[in-house]
Order: sequence, then structure tokens, then C-alpha cells
Amino acid sequence: MQTHTDKPPQTTANVELLAAALGAFDSAPAGANPPWLKSIREQARARASQLGFPNTRQEEWRFTNMAPLLQLPLHAAAANGRGLSARDIAPFRLFADGPCLVFVDGMFRKDLSALPGNGGALKIGGLRDQLAANPRELETDLARHAACDGNFFTALNTAFFQDGAFIYVPADATAEEPVQLLFLASSGRPGATAHPRNLILAGKRSGLKVVESYASLTDAAHVTNAVTELVLGPEARVEHCRLQNENGRAFHVSTVQAVQAGGSHWISHSIATGARIARNQVQTLLTAEGAEAVLNGLFLGRDEQLIDHHTVVDHAGPRCESHEFFHGILSGRSHGVFNGKIFVRQDAQKTNAKQTNRNLVLSDSASIDTKPQLEIFADDVKCTHGATVGQLDQEALFYLRARGIGADQARRMLIRAFASDVVERITMAPARERLEELLAGRFDGAAI
Amino acid sequence: MLDIRDLSAGVDGKEILKGLSLSIKAGEVHALMGPNGSGKSTLAGVLAGRSEYVVTGGGVTFNGADLLEMKPEERARAGVFLAFQYPVEIPGVNSTYFLKAALNECRKARHEEELDAVEFLALVKSKTKLLELDPALLNRPVNEGFSGGEKKRNEIFQMAVLEPKLAILDETDSGLDIDALRIVAGGVNKLRRPDNAALVITHYQRLLNYIVPDFVHVLVNGRIVKSGGKELALELEKRGYDWILEGVAASGKA
Ligand SMILES: Nc1ncnc2c1ncn2[C@@H]1O[C@H](COP(=O)(O)OP(=O)(O)OP(=O)(O)O)[C@@H](O)[C@H]1O
Ligand SMILES: [Mg+2]
Repeated sequence: MQTHTDKPPQTTANVELLAAALGAFDSAPAGANPPWLKSIREQARARASQLGFPNTRQEEWRFTNMAPLLQLPLHAAAANGRGLSARDIAPFRLFADGPCLVFVDGMFRKDLSALPGNGGALKIGGLRDQLAANPRELETDLARHAACDGNFFTALNTAFFQDGAFIYVPADATAEEPVQLLFLASSGRPGATAHPRNLILAGKRSGLKVVESYASLTDAAHVTNAVTELVLGPEARVEHCRLQNENGRAFHVSTVQAVQAGGSHWISHSIATGARIARNQVQTLLTAEGAEAVLNGLFLGRDEQLIDHHTVVDHAGPRCESHEFFHGILSGRSHGVFNGKIFVRQDAQKTNAKQTNRNLVLSDSASIDTKPQLEIFADDVKCTHGATVGQLDQEALFYLRARGIGADQARRMLIRAFASDVVERITMAPARERLEELLAGRFDGAAI
Repeated sequence: MLDIRDLSAGVDGKEILKGLSLSIKAGEVHALMGPNGSGKSTLAGVLAGRSEYVVTGGGVTFNGADLLEMKPEERARAGVFLAFQYPVEIPGVNSTYFLKAALNECRKARHEEELDAVEFLALVKSKTKLLELDPALLNRPVNEGFSGGEKKRNEIFQMAVLEPKLAILDETDSGLDIDALRIVAGGVNKLRRPDNAALVITHYQRLLNYIVPDFVHVLVNGRIVKSGGKELALELEKRGYDWILEGVAASGKA
């Protein structure tokens, strides 16, 4: 559990230390670091220094003390995982066929990946390879959307990322099969840190489904600091699922930033079940008329886990819709944090924004801090929000038991029921099924 | 089958049942009547295993076993069924899935083969017919958005599927329209067998025209103060409870 002792705020020195420990990109081939990117990185690094390591006196980090991260012997994880084979990967693959890009310790592993055959609409591969081969294609979007201003970790990722996924669906094309991006941490040494960076570009009227999954191959306290940028062209439809199930010692920080053109539709699922401390930012900017975003989320905390979601839905264009559903299920001494920001800018008339955060707290020692934050500058808008915190319905539990269903199974049924809306919003059946398995195995009698 | 001896029970400090005795044999139907708040639902709850009630005296055996020692699910598997006065809505739990799980737990306990999906659906089909229950309801979460009458009918439908030995019906008739009452009561009658029994809690004689009881008991203030045949219900309908309450007061027991 995070300690609440007041440490002195971290200073720039830490960032320089981190830079020394994590700045492996400096040794990357020059081709993979074109001048425009180099300058973005330098700015990001300077920004990170200015911001300093987050502390709980900052509003954005009030409930999430990241200080334990600094106790780890941090180092770049990039060189690990050479001995892995396709067999080690198999259990993590969600789709039997279909493209699967595998990243081990943040680095693209073509040898372990399944790439689509030529001729398909999809352009897909490792970001580092793409940077080396065709940096031009990335210049307008890479590291242009996820803002570093207010977020130390996004800045850190921008400064130090080495690899990640690049996906491009051209206009009017629809990817036939969902794409899986699989991020595995393989290091047995604590403090191994990866900064995966993904860029997903969906052209006008294109369609794409992507699952990003994060898992650990060892029990070591590794660190993931991931950033995904998605750019949706006019009327593009993208479903994006993030499935984070890293080991209970890991630290996981992520930012997902979407930018949506008019008429586009983005559905995002943020499923967080792993890590000792997980902090996820899910953010979208609705730039033009008729864009729609669905932010769907489920976090499952147990033991001493801390799982934090900060969402930002930024309504900049008129007549856009956003629907946000985050459900938390917390057992043991776990702690959930939900902060949902909705901005409705002056030009965003006829906005329809809805946010709900429901929490199921299964033990006396588990807790949740939930906070909506609405800032509305347009007058003709519909904005609603609501948060609930509750326990398992004892009357429902008794009803199930009175029909012969055992206490444990009855509890699992009710927990599953609580999660059901969120689960059912996922249209990719294998991702949904994996989540069902996780849910089923998760809350046995002892864990509650 | 069921033997309740001198049962006292209540909730934190408040005694609700105050030395209640009742015996039910296989093949019998007992009606339990009594004023509001006299403890009828409490008795049903104690028998089904509601944890909020604390038993402070007496005991209950069910087919020779100590019922009060059993968990609610064990009682259900042993054949005790409570049709709830207020069935709870359970969003997110599909009715069919729930009932199949329940039935298979009961069957396992009886050392019977579990039913597969096809067999289960066939059973459900025949029982929905018996109770003229709209099968579409079963695609919905348990009781969610069901009308009052649908909820009650669903309770008896579940009973028909689970085939308990002892059915406790807590005011199943309240909220049912006249046709539904006839259908539900008809269903209960069709399920009557020499080896099962029922305890029917009701305020109204009307139900007992359909489900004809072998015995009628009157519960007042946590005790059974009068028992008789089916004609006792008729008399209560005509005269209310006052004459019984007076009798109780006179005998100095209340
Ligand atoms: N869980 C509880 N907590 C507190 N009091 C209770 C509880 N359950 C029952 N009681 C009280 O015990 C008494 C008996 O209640 P019960 O529900 O058994 O009555 P009943 O005979 O079923 O009445 P009705 O005909 O209105 O359904 C009432 O005074 C009721 O308020
Ligand atoms: Mg009652």
C-alpha cells in the first residue's frame, strides 16, 4: 500500500537520474531519431524536469502516491527477453489468427509477431522500424497529441520511448480482423522500465479494432510507462481495448490520447486488473461536429493494489456525444481512484456528455476516491454525471442462496453481474472471454 | 417432515417469534394466517436461513436433520423452498442462467445427473406452460422490471422447476389478479404430491379456495394461538382476528 508519509517533493535531480538510467534512446541509430522528433524529445525532457516527479500535494496525484516507484533500481528494460519463443507467447494471444504484434520489454519482436499478409488495407509494424524507414509518415502525428505539459510520465515517455506499435488504416478501408498489441515484461530484475509508444492512425471512414494487452512473464517489480495516441479521421470508427494484467509488484502508468475528427466514433475500453500501482489516463479531444466517444472501463483491485483512472473528455466541436462508464470492484485492502474531467468549450453547443462511475466495495478495508470534474463554457449542453459506491446486495445474495446456489458462486454471479454492462460493451469476443475468465478466477471466497 | 418446537427468534434484542410449535407431515398443506407484523415472514425467513434472525430458543428439524444448522443453500438443496413475499430484482444475472445453476446444485445434492442446456430448456418450456408464464421473461435478468404479479408467478415457476419437498409460500397471492391467482394456485395444486408439503402464508381465504389446506393456523404476536381445519379460514374471513385476540387476552397468554 502507498505510504502517506510526507516526503520532500522530488526535484529535477531525480529526472536527471532517471534520464541517466533510462535514456537508452540516446544510443539508438540516428535514423530512428529524426531532427523534429529529437527536438520534441528535448522539450519533453525539459518539461519533465520542470514538473518533477509527482507527489500527493499535487491535485492530480492527491490519492496516488507514486513514490514507491523511486525505491526501485530503475533501468531501461530493452535488452531482455531474447530467449523467448512463440510458445511462450501463445497463452497471451487473444485471436487465434489475425495480426499480433509482440513487444518484449517495450521492444518490437518481429520474430514473435504475426503480421498480416501483403495486400491488406492495414499498415502495421514496429514504430522504431517505421521511424527508420519512413519517418515522414509519422511527422505530423507522432508525439503531437499526448500533451506533456501536465503529465510527468507522458513527458518521460516522449523523451525516452524506444519502440511501440504503428498502425495505419487508410481512408475507406476497414481492417478485417482485430489487431492485438501484446506487451510482455520479461525481466527478472526489479526496476526494469519500458516506455512503449503507440501511434494509431485511422483515415477517413476507416474501421479498426485493436486490443493492447499488458502482462508480465516474471514476478519482478517492473515498470511500464505507456503512451498511445490515436488519430481518428472524419467518420472513422475505432474500438480500442486496453487489457492490463501485469503482476502484483509492477508499476503501470499509461496515457491513451485520442483525437477525433467530425463524425468519428471511438470506443475505448480500459480494463485494469494488474500491477501494484496503476495509473491510467484515458483522454479524448472531440474536435468537430458529430464525433462520439464511449469510454468504458473496469478496474479490479485486490490485496494492496492501487488502481487509478483519470479521464478527460474534451468537447471542442459542436453536437458531439460522450458516454463514460467506469466500474470498479475492490476487495482486500485495495484502493480505487476515479477522476473524470469533462470540458465543454464555448463552441461545443449541443454537447451531450454523460459520465457514470459505479463501485463495488467488497471489504471494509478497500476504498475508492471518485470525483467528477465538469467545466462547461457553452450554454446549450446536456451533461450528467453520477457516482455510486456500494456493497454486494445482501438480499440478492440471500435470494440466490435460497435457491441452492452456494455462497461463493452467488457472490461471483453478483460480481459478474456488476461488471456485465462494461464487459458486454466489448464487441471483440475473445477479449470479452478473457475478461470473463479473469473475473471468474478473481474473486473466490478467500479474496473477498 | 418439518418439526418446529418451541421456536423463539428475533433481531438484535427484539423477540419476534415467542415459542412457536408446528408440525408438517408429507402430503399436507398448512395455511398460516395472522395480523400484519405477527411474525409470519419472520418464520419463513428463519426456516429459509436468513442470517439477520437470531434463534434464541427451541429448534427445527427437517426430515430428521437439524435445519437451523444448515446454510441457506444447503436447506434449498435439501428441498426447502421459499417463495418470497418481495422477490428481489437482480440486474445482470440472467434468469435462465440463474435457474439452471440453481437446479443443477439441487440435483447434485440429490445425486441426480445435471441437466444439459437442451434438457433444461425442455423442462423450462413445460413449466412455463404450466404457469402460463411468458417465456420471454426468462431472457431478462432475474425479476428485473417484472410486474408485481410476474414476480409472484416467477416464484412459483421456480418452485415448479426445482420441485422442493417443502414449499413455503409467503403471500404469493398478494399482487396477483384474479386469473393469475387461479393459474398460480392451479400450478401449486398440480405440484402437490404425497411426498411433498406446503406452508401457505396468506391473508385471504380466497387463495385457500384454490389451494385447500389440511390445517389452518393463526399466528399472533409470535405464537400460534389457534389451529383448525379449512373452515377456520372462513371464520377468520367473516369475523377478523378480534375474537381470537380477545380469547388470547382472556387466557392470559399474550
Ligand atoms: N429484519 C428485521 N429488523 C427489524 N424488525 C423486523 C425485522 N424483520 C421483522 N421485523 C419486525 O418483526 C415483526 C414481524 O414481522 P414479519 O415480517 O414477520 O410480519 P408478518 O407477519 O409477515 O407481517 P405481514 O402480514 O405484514 O407481512 C414486525 O414488527 C417487523 O417490523
Ligand atoms: Mg410478511
